[in-house]
Amino acid sequence: MVKVEFLGPIKKEPIEIDIKNLNELSEILKKDDDLKQWLNNSAVAVNDMLISDRNHSLNDGDKISLLPPVCGG
Amino acid sequence: MMEIKYHYFPLYVVVELKYLSIYNGDLPVNEITSSWYDEFKTSNYGAIITFVGVVRDEDNISGLSFDIYEPILNNWFNNWQEKAKERGAIVLMAHSLGDVLNHQSSYIAAVCSPKRRVALELIDEFVEDFKASAPIWKYDIKNGKKEYALDRSTKIKGAGLLK
Repeated sequence: MVKVEFLGPIKKEPIEIDIKNLNELSEILKKDDDLKQWLNNSAVAVNDMLISDRNHSLNDGDKISLLPPVCGG
Repeated sequence: MMEIKYHYFPLYVVVELKYLSIYNGDLPVNEITSSWYDEFKTSNYGAIITFVGVVRDEDNISGLSFDIYEPILNNWFNNWQEKAKERGAIVLMAHSLGDVLNHQSSYIAAVCSPKRRVALELIDEFVEDFKASAPIWKYDIKNGKKEYALDRSTKIKGAGLLK
């Protein structure tokens, strides 16, 4: 199982799902209409490291974070 | 038997200065910038540059509110500390969490460097990359409600991976 958390303005409770890579996560999250806009503009981190490869494999206990557009300061 | 306890009180309490600090609400600017200056004025840095961000009164907002994801912010900041170190410099930063009203400060960044040129270049790169990459989300406070400032926000590099 991996934990998926939605940061900042996404306002969705974390979920736990059984997946092997980010491709599978994409397919699952696309089914949620509330998330579609966020999938287009959010970056993805696994265990707090930003990831750029959809084939990135996941291990049991990994934490995945979706990071929407930022504006500090 | 009477037990005698000895208590030792340290004469000096050493408070470690944090290079990255998060505050609830607005920043105590004078306190923060003074503490940085006092800490580093004797470290032989010839140039200390401080950037103070102040919330502007515009678009009928009463202030801004901030969310922060600290684990990635810490990683981002530590990377910058490494980059600064390669150039003989250090970076410092303070940021607000939660609500900050108009004309208050929510962000302070600083660079201490032996050389002026490095300090001027680093403060520019550090602040710009902060705006583009640091995992902080901004909301306008209007009529007591918070609205995510999407139009002023920047997608993090690699965004859209799951679309």
